[in-house]
Amino acid sequence: MIHASLKQLSQALAAKQISSVELSTLFLDRIERLNPQINALVTVDRERTLNAARAADARIAAGTAGPLTGIPIAQKDIFCAEGWRTTCGSKMLANFVSPYDATVIRKMEAEAGLVSLGKTNMDEFAMGSSNETSFFGPVRNPWDNARVPGGSSGGSAAAVAARLAPAATGTDTGGSIRQPAALCNLTGLKPTYGVVSRYGMIAFASSLDQAGPMAASAEDCALLLNTMAGFDERDSTSLDRPQEDYARDLDKPLAGLRIGLPKEFFGEGCDAEVMAAVRAAIAEYEKLGAQIVDVSLPNSHLSVPAYYVIAPAEASSNLSRFDGVRYGYRAPEYDSLDDMYMKSRAQGFGAEVKRRILIGTYVLSHGYYDAYYLQAQRIRRLIANDFVEAFKSCDVIMGPTSPSTAFKLGEKAADPVQMYLSDIYTIAVNLAGLPGMSVPCGFVGGLPVGLQLVGNYFAEAQLLNVAHRYQQATDWHQRRPAGIE
Amino acid sequence: MSLTLEQVQRIAHLARIEVSESEALTTQGHLNGIFELIEQMQAVDTRGVEPMAHAQDVSQRLRDDIVSEADRRAAFQAVAPETEAGLYLVPKVIE
Repeated sequence: MIHASLKQLSQALAAKQISSVELSTLFLDRIERLNPQINALVTVDRERTLNAARAADARIAAGTAGPLTGIPIAQKDIFCAEGWRTTCGSKMLANFVSPYDATVIRKMEAEAGLVSLGKTNMDEFAMGSSNETSFFGPVRNPWDNARVPGGSSGGSAAAVAARLAPAATGTDTGGSIRQPAALCNLTGLKPTYGVVSRYGMIAFASSLDQAGPMAASAEDCALLLNTMAGFDERDSTSLDRPQEDYARDLDKPLAGLRIGLPKEFFGEGCDAEVMAAVRAAIAEYEKLGAQIVDVSLPNSHLSVPAYYVIAPAEASSNLSRFDGVRYGYRAPEYDSLDDMYMKSRAQGFGAEVKRRILIGTYVLSHGYYDAYYLQAQRIRRLIANDFVEAFKSCDVIMGPTSPSTAFKLGEKAADPVQMYLSDIYTIAVNLAGLPGMSVPCGFVGGLPVGLQLVGNYFAEAQLLNVAHRYQQATDWHQRRPAGIE
Repeated sequence: MSLTLEQVQRIAHLARIEVSESEALTTQGHLNGIFELIEQMQAVDTRGVEPMAHAQDVSQRLRDDIVSEADRRAAFQAVAPETEAGLYLVPKVIE
């Protein structure tokens, strides 16, 4: 049962082969047994979870269940959930019990009837690519406990890879769903900016942040996105569009699909064996009837520099709310209001978060705004225009998700720039606001490799179709880490 | 471009983050490494390019100016470090 797909779990629940309470208990017991080793979850509340499972069982018995009612899921600890401790991986919020639900939580729990198993570890305020910046300690990759799971949604990725949960939520500002999915052999989807509400999702860089599903397959992701997406008047950037069934095109044949390969994603900077696995996946797509088209994203090398202006600028503004007054950490000793702010923020934030706040403060400060912030926004436009041009000749863009497989804990922790470069292939997609996925496509030295798929705006259903057909033809996504029976 | 120690301390003050002398030194090294990366942008001629703030060029929605939320002050203040009589307590600002 622990390896069952969401569709299989849904059928088993509907047929009363298993109750939600039994299924939730199965995963809660696994968390109790295995989480101390990988540190994927930071908060578990058995009673709360079982109460939700009982309510789901009642809905199933009453015939008012939706397709995912009663299925357990792990929630990234960036989503406020009423009555749950919600930390965002920070000392600043280590004791914050949310008084309200994020829209994603409300839709998944109250509307769809999914059962939250707990909150997953993450890089502090989602700032990191290895999960090492968490106040609650690093997460270990189930494929090799000496290696990182990726980040920032590293706890979600490790939880699903170790089958502590059938699926999880993640958020992606510069690659935080796709890169950990790649490093832990999962399927992860970052939707088009504006498709999933950001209300109650603790803000990092508001013009880039987007939530999405992380699971074992594209089919699972499609079912989850159906519960997450939708217009929300509480998020001013939420897009008012008709509801979609993201699973509608899963089985469409791929004959005639035009796959664009940007030459910039296939140059230097990527591990040769990772590249070989990506090329083999593309060859598999050709067998499935797709055609290869050469495209170019000439400004993509500017995406990391532009991102490290825009994201910190927005973060420095968003994180100014943490001042020790209304919620969060307050320093125990201070001698004035200003001193209380300075000490609370110095003690409550970790080193990476402080670095990004300082970068953001500087690039927005008087005399530097035009040279940095406006220049970065202009480059953002150039990067987005490159994609618009590329999609004139192809339907989907492919390349590696990450330039390497999972790296060792501590390997990049001392050098922020090296860490930032682990997102060279994912960041441009956030800047452009496009949907992107990572799909398992092979192994190097026993470690998973992810294939990145980038779609045009609102092409989630098509991306899921392209991923699903590949997963019908290959079994990479079904491989399991040693010891996860 | 290279940030001086004084600039690092000034930015930290603007951001209301206390930094010690030794933290400022480490931070200076890290920030200068990051700005070296960022400086690659300066080589690009972006004259005439419209800055992009959001992926979809939508304008801000406005809602009607009506009360839509219930009063949940007690629940929201329960998570505050210090409150009294519905007010947030902070150190005295004016003598």
